[in-house]
Amino acid sequence: MSRKGGPWLSAVSSWSELGGIILLSLAVSGTAVLLASAVGVPLGSLLGLSRFRGRPLVVRATYTLMGLPPTVAGLAVYMLLRAPGPLGGLGLIFTPAAMVIAQWVLVTPIIIGLVAAAVEDKDRRFRETAVLLGATPWQARLLVLREARPAVFAAVVAGLGRAMAEVGAVMLVGGNIRWQTRVMTTAILLETRRGNFGDALVLGGVLLVIGFLLNSAIHRFQTGEG
Amino acid sequence: MPAGDEVMCAVGLKKSYDGRLVLDVERLGVRRGEVLAVLGPSGAGKTTLLRLLATLEEPSAGEVRFGDLVWAGRLSPADLLHWRRRLSFVPQNPVLFTGTVRFNVEMALALRGRDGPAASDEVEALLDRVGLLPLAGARAGSLSTGEAQRVCLARALVTRPDVLLFDEPTASLDPANVAIIEETLREAVRCWRPAVVIVTHNLFQARRVADRAALLVAGKLVEVGETGHLFDRPSDPRTAAFVRGEMVY
Repeated sequence: MSRKGGPWLSAVSSWSELGGIILLSLAVSGTAVLLASAVGVPLGSLLGLSRFRGRPLVVRATYTLMGLPPTVAGLAVYMLLRAPGPLGGLGLIFTPAAMVIAQWVLVTPIIIGLVAAAVEDKDRRFRETAVLLGATPWQARLLVLREARPAVFAAVVAGLGRAMAEVGAVMLVGGNIRWQTRVMTTAILLETRRGNFGDALVLGGVLLVIGFLLNSAIHRFQTGEG
Repeated sequence: MPAGDEVMCAVGLKKSYDGRLVLDVERLGVRRGEVLAVLGPSGAGKTTLLRLLATLEEPSAGEVRFGDLVWAGRLSPADLLHWRRRLSFVPQNPVLFTGTVRFNVEMALALRGRDGPAASDEVEALLDRVGLLPLAGARAGSLSTGEAQRVCLARALVTRPDVLLFDEPTASLDPANVAIIEETLREAVRCWRPAVVIVTHNLFQARRVADRAALLVAGKLVEVGETGHLFDRPSDPRTAAFVRGEMVY
C-alpha cells in the first residue's frame, strides 16, 4: 500500500480515502440517529408520560435493550438481510443501508430509555403544576415535554456517541469493504489486527476530534453558547 | 353545595395510605372573602387536606364540595378542568417553567385562552404589585427562592380564582418577602373576595392574615374558630398547648 501523498496510514491510501471513510461514518451514524430519534423521541415521551399496566415490564425491557451487545444486534440484522434471510431479496447486506439498520437497532432503545427517564423526571414536578394552572391533560403533557427538551437533546447526543463508536454490528453487516462500507471504527479494527497500533491510535484520535467537533456544534446549537 | 356563603367545604373527608388513616375531617368549610389558616404539627395531614381540596388526591371516603361540583374521587374531565381553573395553588417550593418571569405569569391566562393587551396589562400590574416588574424579562431560573415564590403568587392571583390554596408559602423566605406576599394576599381578598386556605407552621403569620384558624392533629380537627379566639381562649387543651409552642400529638 502506497503512502506517497497519503495520510500515513497503512489501511488508508490517500486523503480522499480517509475523507470518504469519515464522510461514510458521519452519514451512516447520522442517518441511524435521525431515524432512531424519529421513533425514539415520541416513544420515549409516551413511555415517560403514560401509566399503563405492564409499563414496568416495558421499561425494564427498554433498559435491557439499551445494553444490547452490538454483535448480537449485528447478527440479528445479518440474519435478516443475508441472501437466504427473510429480507435477503432487498440486497442490502454489506451496504451502508445495512449498517444504518444495525445502528438504528442499537440506538433506538437508548433514545427511548433516556427520553422516558427524562420526561418521567420532569413529569413529577411539572405536570401537577401545569394542571393546577388550568392546563388540559394534553397541555400539561406538552409543558412537561417542553421542560424535558435539554434532556431529550442529550439523549440524541448519547445515541450519536453510541453510533459513532460502534464497531461490531457495522462490521458484521457492512463487511468493512474498502471504498464501500469501511468506516472509522472498522478501519481502526483493521489496523489493530494488522498490528499497526500507531495507525489505529491516529484513526482513534481523528474519531475523537470528529466527536468533539460534532458535540461542540450540537452544544452551541442547543445553548447558543460558544 | 357548600352551606351559606361557603365556597368550598370538606365533608366526612378521609384519606388513607396503605391502610393508615392520615386525614379524618368531619366538616371544614371556607367562606368567600375569608382566610382560613390550617395549623398543626408536621405529619398532621395539612398538605394532604390541601391536595384533596385541589383534586390532586382522591378521598378514601367523604367528599369535597365546590359550588355545584363534588369531588369524591371521580369527576368528568370537563368538570375536573372547571374545578381546577377556579382555584389556584401556591406550593411550599416554587415550581417555575423554563422561560421568563412574564411567561410564567402569562401562562396561567394563556392556558385559559386569554392573551392580548388586556391580559398583558393584568400580568404587568401583578408583577408590579409583587415588586418583580423590573425582572419581567429575566429567566425564571435566575431568581432567588423569594422572588420565585412571588412569581408563583402573581401566577396564582392573575386568574382571580374563587379559591386560593397556600401550602407553607413563606416557610423558607426572609421577612421582606413574607411581608410582600402577605400584603398582596390581603389586597386580593379585599379586591375580589376569594376564599383562602393557608397551611402554615407560623403561628404569627396565622394571627396576622387569618380570619379563622383550624388545628389539625394526627389527621383530625381539634378545634376551628375565629383566629383571635383560638389563640387567646382555646377550648381544647391541645390547642392551648400548640399555641404556646408545645409539642402536641
